[in-house]
Amino acid sequence: MRRNVIIKTVSRFLVPFIQVYALYVIVHGALGAGGGFQGGVVFAASFILMIIAFGLTCVRERFNYKWIVMLSALGITIYATIGLLCLIPGGNYLEYGSIEALLGIPHLHGYLIDAVEIGIGITVMATMTSIIYDMGDTGGESS
Amino acid sequence: MIWELDFALLIFMIFCAIAAITVRDLLHATIILSAYSLIMAVIWSEMNAVDVAFTEAAVGAGITTVLFIAAIARTGRRSSD
Repeated sequence: MRRNVIIKTVSRFLVPFIQVYALYVIVHGALGAGGGFQGGVVFAASFILMIIAFGLTCVRERFNYKWIVMLSALGITIYATIGLLCLIPGGNYLEYGSIEALLGIPHLHGYLIDAVEIGIGITVMATMTSIIYDMGDTGGESS
Repeated sequence: MIWELDFALLIFMIFCAIAAITVRDLLHATIILSAYSLIMAVIWSEMNAVDVAFTEAAVGAGITTVLFIAAIARTGRRSSD
């Protein structure tokens, strides 16, 4: 696979902006368009751009399967933990108002929504990246 | 909603959908399907469904195209039927 200096430079410049935009989409999901799933997909798209520009092996060295397994488990753990914590004061699953009423902290449900969205985003990002890794792996042949 | 714009986009989308299933080369079909998905995202945002439009643009036009191209790279590019 040939390496083009223009593609490498432009994608090196563009990847942080895509990732910051993905984080904005995740955090802004409670107020407007977006959310955990879309932000996670946009974050995975930045990894796809890195794979296209630098090759699969280079990206895999920095973000390997150990990280993917750990992050996908971490995201769903955040989601399930906050959902189950809402059961303790007697609310339903993911009923943030029950925790807010128990602790007495104003606007706590907004932070909990953001935390749940971040969990969803982490899991979607790790899963999408692992799908792309498996699909892009040609078994040593040049693609 | 501007019905003239919606009408033009829907006509173009139907043409893209017909072209995507009639073209022989699978890579061309993938690119046409990506264009179809982009028009679909514009139509969703025309209908004030911004969240669905965002998902369509990110998943339909972005991830699906890459997955299809990766699948074509691993199999064959010519359609057999």
